Amino acid sequence: MRGSYTLILGAAMTLCFAAAALVSFIWVPFDVTLVDIPNKLQRPTGQHWLGTDHFGRDLLSMIMVGARTSIAVALIAVGIGILIGVPLGLLAAARKGSWLDEMIMRANDLIFAFPSLVIAILITAIFGAGAVNAIIAIGIFNIPVFARVTRGGALSLWEREFILSARVAGKSGLLISVEHILPNLANLLIVQGTIQFSLGILAEAGLSYVGLGAQPPLPSWGRMLADAQTMVSFAPHLALVPGGAIILTVLGLNMMGDGLRDRLDPKLRGRPV
Amino acid sequence: MPQRFTARALTPVLALIATVSTASAAETDITIGMQLEPPHLDPTSAAAGAIDNVVYSNIFEGLTRFMGDGSVVPGLAKSWDISDDGLSYTFHLQGDVRFHDGSAMDAADVKFSLDRARAEDSTNAQKALFTGIADVAVIDPLTVVLTLEAPNGNLLFNLAWGDAVIVASETIETIKSNPVGTGAFRFVKWVQGDRIDLVRNGDYWGTAPALEGATFKFISDPTAAFAAMMAEDIDAFQTFPAPENLPQFDADPRFKLLIGSTEGETILSTNNKMPPFDNKLVRQALAHAIDRQAIIDGAMFGYGTPIGSHFAPHNPAYIDLTGNSVYDPAKAKALLAEAGFADGFTTTLKLPPPSYARRGGEIIAAQLRAVGINAEISNLEWAQWLEQVFRGKDYGLTIVSHTEPMDIGIYARPEYYFQYDNPAFQDLMTRLTATADPDQRRAMLQEAQTVISTDYVNGYLFQLAATSVAKTGVQGMWLNAPTQAIDLTGISWAD
Repeated sequence: MRGSYTLILGAAMTLCFAAAALVSFIWVPFDVTLVDIPNKLQRPTGQHWLGTDHFGRDLLSMIMVGARTSIAVALIAVGIGILIGVPLGLLAAARKGSWLDEMIMRANDLIFAFPSLVIAILITAIFGAGAVNAIIAIGIFNIPVFARVTRGGALSLWEREFILSARVAGKSGLLISVEHILPNLANLLIVQGTIQFSLGILAEAGLSYVGLGAQPPLPSWGRMLADAQTMVSFAPHLALVPGGAIILTVLGLNMMGDGLRDRLDPKLRGRPV
Repeated sequence: MPQRFTARALTPVLALIATVSTASAAETDITIGMQLEPPHLDPTSAAAGAIDNVVYSNIFEGLTRFMGDGSVVPGLAKSWDISDDGLSYTFHLQGDVRFHDGSAMDAADVKFSLDRARAEDSTNAQKALFTGIADVAVIDPLTVVLTLEAPNGNLLFNLAWGDAVIVASETIETIKSNPVGTGAFRFVKWVQGDRIDLVRNGDYWGTAPALEGATFKFISDPTAAFAAMMAEDIDAFQTFPAPENLPQFDADPRFKLLIGSTEGETILSTNNKMPPFDNKLVRQALAHAIDRQAIIDGAMFGYGTPIGSHFAPHNPAYIDLTGNSVYDPAKAKALLAEAGFADGFTTTLKLPPPSYARRGGEIIAAQLRAVGINAEISNLEWAQWLEQVFRGKDYGLTIVSHTEPMDIGIYARPEYYFQYDNPAFQDLMTRLTATADPDQRRAMLQEAQTVISTDYVNGYLFQLAATSVAKTGVQGMWLNAPTQAIDLTGISWAD
């Protein structure tokens, strides 16, 4: 099955970086804040597996701690999107056609209409650069995504017989949303969450690249790329290492998202592959 | 190698094309890259160094001028007499000097320029240069007398600054967009965001320059600057923004490096009024916690000279005081403990955009962390830095290069952003200004260097190197930067 193949490969790549991030909490090869100028710009060696940067810091350690930054920012940003977007979507679907539905969805359209990275830059420029503000900026743009997905999925569920029977049993709209609609949307949200997670990692890298993400000395993949820019011609590993980490993580998450959709989407389930 | 073969086969054709298309342009024009674009072109109303880069000695001239070696020589004034009491300077102007619009430059223009610069409502960025001038009097069209309130040994030096150039009252309204001066080059056009074109002034009073025209091109991104140099789109780059690329230019036979010294004392500025930095022991601890050589190697890739005070090493009055602040983390910790900060403390480290600050900041933060000081980095744009740090004094530490020549006098200004208030030093500077004798002046300057070094006012890091890159054939570019300038008058192409 193609689905399981992409799913396994994607999950394996994602888990690699997740594991690196988790391991970095208890152990890294070198302290990432340790500046060691005499050992700067080393190519990969037995001691420094991925080489050192222009301050002599160990690139492998920086990638590991950077994975932590990226994953934390993207994960919390997706969490914000789910925690606010999903209830809004459920509410809008339960009150379909009402002024509340209109208000929620038009507000979502409004946020959707803004170019997300530009607004993220605006937010961090006003409230100051830093990981927390990057999380908020990226999180805000996850809200309408989850609200729309939830509302769309919920609307089609509201037409189903088992919901009708729940209504006949006298359950309120809100109770039905929580007890019957939400569990049936879980698959959809997991797939969407995976995709938003990969977009979050890209957005964090973009913000750090322009200096608005996590601030030094906390390593971040985007800033590692920005620092490497003028040194690519004589120390290409400085850019290849963080660039590769971003590509592999985002690719892994997207493959995992695709695989999960193939596996979980009821419309595709049981179809010949 | 097929590529080599193609190139060789095409050489005669290329040579032919080259002769036809660039016969008139090559070797008489120059394109010089700069990182920052000037906000406007009036050197007498803004501190931006980019303005002086374009106009100093090219478009505008003063009574005296700097040469590339830092000496002050006659400019529009061909000679001067100083009265015995040192209070009156009589300047004899060059004859037959015309502004680019054809009007004559005479004593009235000198009076207008100096009166404008020192006026109550003047917007001159270096007004202090003109304090002490009591009167500017026109004797005849080619003679001006400056009367001083007190003897000032710096007057001829002060008048050489870009802020003291001679402008014409007729064209002052449009000076910011269409500068009209007396220099060897006249302004042609400014394509905002891209370049400024100058052309040789055929009516120049002095020696005609070798170049027929010049273009200043603005490239802020270091990567783009590197690409433009490598593609030979520009002939030279003043203060190349990425020191890590300099070895590549050095290894390339098409280019040469021009490594000199600037007037930029790069310092870890410390807010002397903000606790705990109001405690001298804490500042001394900072000084011993910093490893200068690591900063020079890490942030500037080895380009820069260590300094131990706020004074340029190429100045004759310089004394090496780096011994007062030797890298010694153990001593720094002991000093912190003595000051009552055995467990360290947290402060802010606000960094402007240049790479010496951003990179140097990361290294210094790591070095301070090693002695227990947690310096929280925040990266600022220039406008934010000027607002928060320079004007607002809302900072603990910052890194900046002070590029004005002979600017030790800023330590006598208690309201200046690092807020050093020492009456003894202020008195020393007052006496220095009133002294004309070279030996006495040197002794006083050395005393001044020692005072601020042993008071540990700021962390003294290194003298910023002048790191320019040029094509091998470019001759006569300034090696050092005694003032902000790209002096085109001496530049020529080798045959």
